[in-house]
Amino acid sequence: MSIFEIFGFALRGVSANKLRSGLTVLGILIGVAAVILLVAVGNGSAKQVEDSLAALGTNTLTVQGGRGGDTGYRTDLTLDIVKALQDRESAPDVKSVSPVVNSAQTLTFGDASYDVNAVIGTYPSYFAASNSVIASGSGFTEEDVDQAARVVVLGPTTAEELFGTTVDPVGQRIGIAGQIYSVIGVLARKGSTGFNDPDDVAIAPLPAVQRSLTGYGPVSSITVEAVNADAVAAAKAEITAILNAKMHVADGASSTPYQIRDASQLLETRTATAETFTVLLGAVAGISLVVGGIGITNIMMVSVTERTREIGIRKALGAPRRVILSQFLIEATLLSLLGGGLGVAAALIGANFEIVGIKPVIMPDSVVLALGVCVAIGLFFGSYPASRAAGLRPIDALRYE
Amino acid sequence: MTAPYGREQRPVLEVVDLVKTYGEGETAVHALAGVSMTVAPGDYVAIMGSSGSGKSTLMNIVGCLDVPTSGTYRLDGVDVSELNESQLALVRNRRIGFVFQSFNLIARTSALANVELPLAYAGIKPAVRRERALAALDMVGLANRADHDPNQLSGGQQQRVAVARALVSQPALLLADEPTGNLDSRSTSDVLSILDGLNAQGRTIVLITHEDEVAAHAHRTIRLVDGVIVSDIRRRDITPVGAMA
Repeated sequence: MSIFEIFGFALRGVSANKLRSGLTVLGILIGVAAVILLVAVGNGSAKQVEDSLAALGTNTLTVQGGRGGDTGYRTDLTLDIVKALQDRESAPDVKSVSPVVNSAQTLTFGDASYDVNAVIGTYPSYFAASNSVIASGSGFTEEDVDQAARVVVLGPTTAEELFGTTVDPVGQRIGIAGQIYSVIGVLARKGSTGFNDPDDVAIAPLPAVQRSLTGYGPVSSITVEAVNADAVAAAKAEITAILNAKMHVADGASSTPYQIRDASQLLETRTATAETFTVLLGAVAGISLVVGGIGITNIMMVSVTERTREIGIRKALGAPRRVILSQFLIEATLLSLLGGGLGVAAALIGANFEIVGIKPVIMPDSVVLALGVCVAIGLFFGSYPASRAAGLRPIDALRYE
Repeated sequence: MTAPYGREQRPVLEVVDLVKTYGEGETAVHALAGVSMTVAPGDYVAIMGSSGSGKSTLMNIVGCLDVPTSGTYRLDGVDVSELNESQLALVRNRRIGFVFQSFNLIARTSALANVELPLAYAGIKPAVRRERALAALDMVGLANRADHDPNQLSGGQQQRVAVARALVSQPALLLADEPTGNLDSRSTSDVLSILDGLNAQGRTIVLITHEDEVAAHAHRTIRLVDGVIVSDIRRRDITPVGAMA
């Protein structure tokens, strides 16, 4: 009795009850598609984080203050510190320094209003440092900063939310917390990182924002651009020295009242988060695969019970135990493989669409793994019903009603 | 109790003091309480008895579907009680052809495939198998129904397919458990004439029935009452085995 013939029996067994087999296959299909697709979504979000952070520029450093140090001196990030960092003598590897204040505000245009993620007040150098490209209109200049001009550059998301797609934002006047600002430019789209939208911003000259929105307190952070990617470490050291001197931090102090983060650090943490996210999604999807596997056991049990007489007939005709066992194992494997194959197909189709704003990136490993797990599930969850069928005594099986 | 078989041939079937007990202790039921009989090659035996007489139990043991509580059973000289499960499967496949009261064809499987099944389990090549299965179907007059599924056949036709399936592997012994129990009179005579024809060719047949008209076709009638043989009457001589096709 060749394996092909047993395969033929199994195929007939599967096709005998198409609806039931179909539903079982559906269970596995959902499981496999979920595993592949969710892992792909996690992977896609990790990739997006990577891409957007790389686009953000790997040669920028962000100084954040507000960590109340115990130096007894002022530890706020002030414009005085910004000036000190701009000193070419003590910080030769620093290309530009842009102080940043931000606050969440409501923008209004006519009757439309929109809660923007962040209104950023800064210097023109911020555009280059943050890899923000002006798509239409222009950015503001040093003069605008000096005059505290009420001009604003909008992120693409913000512009679209406020103006829709028909009105050209450039030249329009909008209200920010009751103050009138002129829109002079719109940024090019950077793309979402999946966690927050870097395109949802409004960037204006620092003094204007301070005067009308945040007050003349310390800035929230300082974005520093190094002269090139290789100079990031040197720039970081220079900034550290200047900040320590300004804030009177003792040499070798265990903690500093500020924090310097570079993009690669940010990249690492974000990527790690995204990986955890991927694993979590995969685990959840894995559970649904196991549930699908239990579905196979269930269906095979029903199938064995229902076909007890048939098994009895086959045994009476001299079917060896091995053949019965193989037949039911192949049936179970066939169901799971069919579900697996269709699941992969469904996942491949699904991966063409954006899911919660993330373009899924299929990991070949997850496809191989999901299919492998499928066969394993078929064999594992099919083995109990199959061995039960094979172990039936012919007379009991024949008498079964 | 042993019937004379008159030739220097080893019996196809020989049971000695066969006992089958269901349950234990006071509730035990003795389905067979010491049955001994011998069936020679070419014989045509009807086993009769009312329900509960143990005839089906005897048939199941003879067909290697069930094992006796005690006693020995030799099929073609081989002591079946010493065989393991896979050897028993082989015996069922090669030595015994079964015809059941309820036909027991496999559903959604063509008549031809049903008949081929024992040959498939015997490991015979598809081409040879098909040829032999068609020949067997031809023998029961159903060659033109080879592609029909069981549910497209009448009861009589289904039973004839079952007969074809039972004889396709050229078994030493053809067992029929109330083969006409579910059939109308015309189908009954169809099936019985096929069995008669097979016996005329020298095939050994043991059939169970509770109808005298059916038993009349056999050459020898054994009556069971409460698990013991009460009579064993031979009416005709054993068909010479030399006539086997």
